[in-house]
Amino acid sequence: MKNIWHFYKGTLVLISKGSTAYYCWVLFLLILMAIGGFAYSRQLNEGLIVTNMRDQVSWGFYISNFTFLVGVAAAAVLLVIPAYVYHWKPIKEIAVLGELLAVSAIVMCLMFVTVDIGRPDRFWHLIPKVGLLNFPQSLLAWDVVVLNTYLMINLTVAVFILYNRYYKREPNKAFTTPLLLLSIPSAISIHTVTAFLYNGLGARPFWNSSILVPRFLASAFCSGPAFMILIFFLVRKYTKFKIEDEAIQKVAEIIAYAIFINLLLLGAELFKEYYTDTIHLASFQYLFQGLHGYSALVPWIWTAMIFNVTAFILFLNPATRRNNVTLVMGCILVFIGVYIEKGMGLVIPGFIPDVLHEIYEYAPSGIELLLSMGIWATGLFVFTMLLRVAIPIMNGDFHVADDGVGSFIGDQLFLVQQPDTVNPESEPVA
Amino acid sequence: MSDIKKCDGYVLHKSRRRMLKGLAAGIGLIALPGRDASALVWEEFFQKHFRELSKDELKGVIARLEKDYSKQYGKQVTVKTTPPIEGVRYGYGLDLSRCIGCRRCVYACVKENNQSRTPQIQWIRVLQLNKEKGIDLSEAEHYYNPATVPEKGHFYMPVQCQQCEKPPCTKVCPVQATWKENDGIVVVDYNWCIGCRYCMAACPYGARHFNWAKPSVPSNEINPNTHYLGNRPRPKGVVEKCTFCIQRTREQPGRYPACEEICPVGARKFGNLLDPESEIRYLIENKRVFIFKEELNTQPKFYYFYAT
Amino acid sequence: MKIMRIARPRLILLCMMSVLILPVGLVSAAKVKEFDRSGQLIVTEKSAADLQVQPAYDIKNRPKEKIFAVPRPPFSEGAFPCSQCHKYMKPNGTRRTLTEYHTEIVLHHAEGQRWCTDCHNLLNRDKLRLVSGELVDFEESYRLCGQCHGDKFRDWKVGVHGKRTGYWNGDKQYLLCVHCHNPHDPKFKALKPLPPPDRPGKAGH
Repeated sequence: MKNIWHFYKGTLVLISKGSTAYYCWVLFLLILMAIGGFAYSRQLNEGLIVTNMRDQVSWGFYISNFTFLVGVAAAAVLLVIPAYVYHWKPIKEIAVLGELLAVSAIVMCLMFVTVDIGRPDRFWHLIPKVGLLNFPQSLLAWDVVVLNTYLMINLTVAVFILYNRYYKREPNKAFTTPLLLLSIPSAISIHTVTAFLYNGLGARPFWNSSILVPRFLASAFCSGPAFMILIFFLVRKYTKFKIEDEAIQKVAEIIAYAIFINLLLLGAELFKEYYTDTIHLASFQYLFQGLHGYSALVPWIWTAMIFNVTAFILFLNPATRRNNVTLVMGCILVFIGVYIEKGMGLVIPGFIPDVLHEIYEYAPSGIELLLSMGIWATGLFVFTMLLRVAIPIMNGDFHVADDGVGSFIGDQLFLVQQPDTVNPESEPVA
Repeated sequence: MSDIKKCDGYVLHKSRRRMLKGLAAGIGLIALPGRDASALVWEEFFQKHFRELSKDELKGVIARLEKDYSKQYGKQVTVKTTPPIEGVRYGYGLDLSRCIGCRRCVYACVKENNQSRTPQIQWIRVLQLNKEKGIDLSEAEHYYNPATVPEKGHFYMPVQCQQCEKPPCTKVCPVQATWKENDGIVVVDYNWCIGCRYCMAACPYGARHFNWAKPSVPSNEINPNTHYLGNRPRPKGVVEKCTFCIQRTREQPGRYPACEEICPVGARKFGNLLDPESEIRYLIENKRVFIFKEELNTQPKFYYFYAT
Repeated sequence: MKIMRIARPRLILLCMMSVLILPVGLVSAAKVKEFDRSGQLIVTEKSAADLQVQPAYDIKNRPKEKIFAVPRPPFSEGAFPCSQCHKYMKPNGTRRTLTEYHTEIVLHHAEGQRWCTDCHNLLNRDKLRLVSGELVDFEESYRLCGQCHGDKFRDWKVGVHGKRTGYWNGDKQYLLCVHCHNPHDPKFKALKPLPPPDRPGKAGH
């Protein structure tokens, strides 16, 4: 118990130290979070009327972001499988980064859901036994359960490993391995359940398609790992953490498969809708062509299509996949592409046209944008803090001091541009 | 800080759910207007689900609400909790061959059920459809406004809650804040709803409406005769819907719903589906009847029919 | 299987108990497990509201309705009783164009086959006249209309044609045919619709 307290105190000291770049970055995030907080206080005061959601389009930008981020969170499993099921060493060293990303993404997910509900003060109605969670009837109840389970598993495993490393112990495998294995099905379950949440509504033909779950999984395995690769590059460049090219290439390969499956499934969906040409086509028409003169999402979805296809070519071609510049480009493209397609592109056409075929064209309001930005900043803040602690621990720069009480901090700066990776042995100027 | 502590202590003493109290109070402080956190606010905050209230607790809740509403609207507002009548399952009939789309029902409903004027909430939506196309929703006009109705070549289809026998909305609610009563009416506990709007996504009829802002009803227009599960004033951030005028129809004798009463062409019919002599049974057995979006198997108890 | 065997009698017992409890009107809340008709398992304390005594709807002994209670027919002002003028006039059953009185009435109701005294009794002007020769009051005019419009009359009697107000499970008030249809020109008149709903996204909504 005492050890935990010392560890906790040590991390607090650690996160307060860093380079100017680190301080600037954290300050920047804090400002965005404050703006988001201000936007939320306005929304709490006046109600969700400050958003552009209305009865016709009753979910909007918040839920779109939520849906996308569930995918990002689920993708951490892609690092866990090769690392812990196949014991592939290069990835095993970085798997903990994936878990921390999952934790940050789930935090954002929970925040997006919280800001979307009309009565956040009644959140306790969702707590089983205390409130009245409608389990197993409601898929939203399932989502509450699996999201929190997934958060707990990842947080426990990551903290447990880091905590043991801090005390220079080998983490107890008997504890971590079952949890890590459990995290694989639960990663799949958070995405499956989130897809079911839409999928199970007969009222919304755009979502009521059995291909939706595999589409969700495929797109998650594009966006999540793409974000991971970007993080790997940043971490490699600005911290002392070493990440092998081999590991990055492995993840890139997985993305190539995932983009292919994602495009294939989307194509299958489009064929079915356009060829049968039933009344249910309306939502797809709205998304891809515009309907009755309303076409706000059309440029976005085509941007997403172009990005996804370009990224697919970049990932498929070994030359561009192995080139770090084109690889980073591909990651950015597929991340944005999936963000559009699996965010607004998935949620909004479910409501347009609405169940009585009214068309209310939705675009997020200023408050929605600011608040969402604040939540993204919070997520990145959480992720930065987690990395600030995790990376020095993994590097052996942050561990218990020789007296067994205080902590040794070897990495005072954290965010510093590293010398060329070609020469990884050279010591950074500290 | 000291009076916050006092409130906290009060609640702890009052309620059974001790475990939760500290945590919820902490979060609640952030979410609620903190300064004037009176005992009433806390009582409301910790109010149990309607169906879990004991008789004494229910009495307390009703007294609190009546006092609150009466003060707010400057006249005596009563809140009933009349239970379902045994042996009754409500059914509604709407004669599409008669409806002329005059929207009298829309506004009678707004008035009877204390729907917000701004932002505007209306539980009934009347669609203008094309006679040549039939019930093709993609041809539906929601905002028609000619000098007189009916317009040539058109017919009208009012849509409101269909009181499904298998409601998709109650199934998806994560906190059981909405459910189907034994007389078939789908109701919402406005004090339990968390405002996630999943039910709105699930409803195939657009029958559920959200209080995007604090609802406003002028004091002189408030209908003071209310039911807990029906037309009592709603708070901000919860979902509401048609309840077949539960505050009227559960009485014995019970008045017809407001929309039925106002309809100038007598297109609206209402009665007990379990009574073979009722007008609703007669029209189901003798007229051409259809239910809206039958393929979704929601089994509405709202029957559109053609008397001629 | 084992669980099922144990659970089922308990559930039945619970249901039986709740049935027993209901008529007594026990005041405190009771734990009840039930499936609602949408298949949702509800585990609740039976709410106090549900335990309030509410007499059941009895199909066999439902209160006898006063048949066809109608408001006063929509006479033109001062026109009824008709005899107040007609008693000074000589009854004239000849089909002709009226030039002195009732000139505002333009018959648009099978006017080819019909004239005033087919429906209005010639000798006692305060009564209507059926084809059979039976005289009926204006309050019973539905019998007159029902001679031709039998299908509507049938629907009207059960409350399916026309408007009926009052109590769905008690006394009802009917409207006469002539409350909605001018007997001389029965087509329902067009109405001005009330305003359309606000479009979403506009200011104030």
